[in-house]
Amino acid sequence: MKETQTIQNKAESTATTERISGSEAVIKCLLAEGVETLYGYPGGAIMPVYDELYKYQDQIHHVLTRHEQGATHSAQGYARISGKVGVCMATSGPGATNLITGIADAQIDSTPMVCITGQVGSHLLGSDAFQETDIVGISTPVTKWNCQVTKASQIPEAFAKAFFIARSGRPGPVLIDITKDAQFEEFDFTYQKCKGIRSYKPVPDTDENALKAAAELINAAKKPLVVWGQGVILGKAEEEFKAVIEKAGIPSAWTILGASAIPTAHPLNVGMVGMHGNYAPNVLTNECDVLIAIGMRFDDRVTGNLDTYAKQAKIIHFEIDPAEIDKNVKTDIAVLGNAKTSLKRLLPLVNKNSHNDWHQEFKNLYEIEFEKVIKHDLHPTKEGLTMAEVLKEINIQTKGDAAIVSDVGQHQMIACRYAEFNKTKSNITSGGLGTMGFALPAAIGAKMAAPDREVVMIAGDGGYQMTIQELGTIFQQKVPVKIVVLNNEFLGMVRQWQQLFFDKRYASTEMTNPDFIAIAKGYSIEAKKVTERKDLKTAIKDMIDCEGPYFLEVRVEKEDNVFPMIPTGASVSDIRLE
Amino acid sequence: MSTENKQFTISIYTENNIGLLNRISAIFQRRHINIESLNTSPSEIDGVSRFTIVVNITESQMKKIQGQIEKQVEVIKAFYHTEEEIIYQESCIFKMRSNLLFDERQIQNIIKESNARIVTVNRDFFVIEKSGRKEEIDLLHRELTVFGIMQFTRSGRIAVTKDEMKISSMLKALQH
Repeated sequence: MKETQTIQNKAESTATTERISGSEAVIKCLLAEGVETLYGYPGGAIMPVYDELYKYQDQIHHVLTRHEQGATHSAQGYARISGKVGVCMATSGPGATNLITGIADAQIDSTPMVCITGQVGSHLLGSDAFQETDIVGISTPVTKWNCQVTKASQIPEAFAKAFFIARSGRPGPVLIDITKDAQFEEFDFTYQKCKGIRSYKPVPDTDENALKAAAELINAAKKPLVVWGQGVILGKAEEEFKAVIEKAGIPSAWTILGASAIPTAHPLNVGMVGMHGNYAPNVLTNECDVLIAIGMRFDDRVTGNLDTYAKQAKIIHFEIDPAEIDKNVKTDIAVLGNAKTSLKRLLPLVNKNSHNDWHQEFKNLYEIEFEKVIKHDLHPTKEGLTMAEVLKEINIQTKGDAAIVSDVGQHQMIACRYAEFNKTKSNITSGGLGTMGFALPAAIGAKMAAPDREVVMIAGDGGYQMTIQELGTIFQQKVPVKIVVLNNEFLGMVRQWQQLFFDKRYASTEMTNPDFIAIAKGYSIEAKKVTERKDLKTAIKDMIDCEGPYFLEVRVEKEDNVFPMIPTGASVSDIRLE
Repeated sequence: MSTENKQFTISIYTENNIGLLNRISAIFQRRHINIESLNTSPSEIDGVSRFTIVVNITESQMKKIQGQIEKQVEVIKAFYHTEEEIIYQESCIFKMRSNLLFDERQIQNIIKESNARIVTVNRDFFVIEKSGRKEEIDLLHRELTVFGIMQFTRSGRIAVTKDEMKISSMLKALQH
């Protein structure tokens, strides 16, 4: 820790030099950027850096994952819960290509991440050398920025830029590929943090006139609806956001990545929009007169058919990334900038309002959804366990303070619909890319970044097995994550689609699963299986009470479906309740 | 906004970076848009490169693409223009057998009338160069084809705009 501060001081004030190797410079760059934990997997082309890590293990914690993909998702989980930059490292060739899924995931979900890859010696580049792959070429479309370093002297600038780019503006993943000779080469090291890049404007200016026009529309609206996304969380704008919606009395719905920015129980929180979102905000999207989108990007899973999406409404879009304006939905007023600053400036411009009649419409539709769906999910009368009742029990026993890390599929939709959040940055899931296998390694990163928080991972039996080897990381690092597998012996979401849209032809969705308990126990992780409702409460209590990692398998109803549902290509207001 | 495809000439001012061409071409490839021509060169500003790209797309697509291009960290600014808003040139080179110069007298007239220029002549072949608009080059190509062309190549479009592109002042403002 002391060393970190020394280096930071050096970087910012005197910038003295010392003669060190490229690989030692890598470590010093990481320390100067405040990195305490990184996730990775060694191999030939990155070995010099690992050799330096060995010397610095008292200052920087390297977590050996069981697969490079696990390293990326752990770095993502770390970043998503803490707001810091996640860091991961891999060797050249297969090590580097194994990072790609996580990088693509971080790109589409705007997660700040720095990936470091080793590369064959520069004299071998392009010779199809052992474990050579063009990772800069491969990662280009899925990184915010990337570069190849072939000389040790390029390392400090590359890292300074990488961290600056990853965390500024709309965050995203960056990749630095370092040839082996650059790692060995000695040079005079000095570190200067990056303060700006000529061609890159992280946050566009907020136009006062746009703000005024937005406020005018909001003040005149009879039926305003806010749809917020992760921009509120990434912009650390939770308080400003709450202040605006509370003053203007606007019902507010969230996208999957926006969840937890304000508490689930907040009276203005009307639920999730999108394919498996709540009934009221989806239906009323097509009845509101002003739609105020804040830090969201009108993903197709949110909008359904664009031709029938909120056509009656004026659209206001608060957004940091100018490329998102009019990309999917034509806006009437675009307010560029960081959500925190623009909402702060918006607050005095909006009038106090309550929109009681309009709120009543949300309540009425909620009642319909409750009767048709929620009641049966949370208080089932049939024998089989539902996924939702597991969530309900987790809510009760963690008092809504847990961070929920979900995988991808039916359980994810159920987790997002029913998890109760009190704190921001609590819903960690793969939204845009829909990466099965995300949850287990992401939960590791989340728990390590926020050791004081309860981190509950929820996965299906399919996704869990995609990165199940990360149990080894949990075992070795003793990460006390709580692992819940909702086992329906199916790839449930695909099966649901097969049932609804493919005449129940269940092609390759039925799973013959191993003994998950035995596997967990093989890693010395306490484990329990629940098959009956009467055992659920105690099982979850045991899990939460356990100080170490814990594995809980819950056998849920095999062929349950997630509703409501907007079928692909349908309008948001044609959302089906059954 | 028109939903019809139009020809747009895109000018992109960038930092000079090895991977940038890949990054920019990927934006088009990902959206299944064919690049009609592409040229990179230095620009009027020291150390700043300029891409000139020609595509046939709708204006609404063009606006989105412009946003995606400008989103790239090392892109300073992207502009797009229609044909009427620019002065542009393309260049082409023909290699032909030298005997044609003597056997086919009208070749000399074609060269003269098309404002093409003979770059070199030797015993076996001669080389014609022509700069101009796309149609002029097309015409010359058609006229020469009948005599047999040994080699033909044509450059990407380069263009300047009739109106000012406020890039220099912008760069000054960006300077840290």
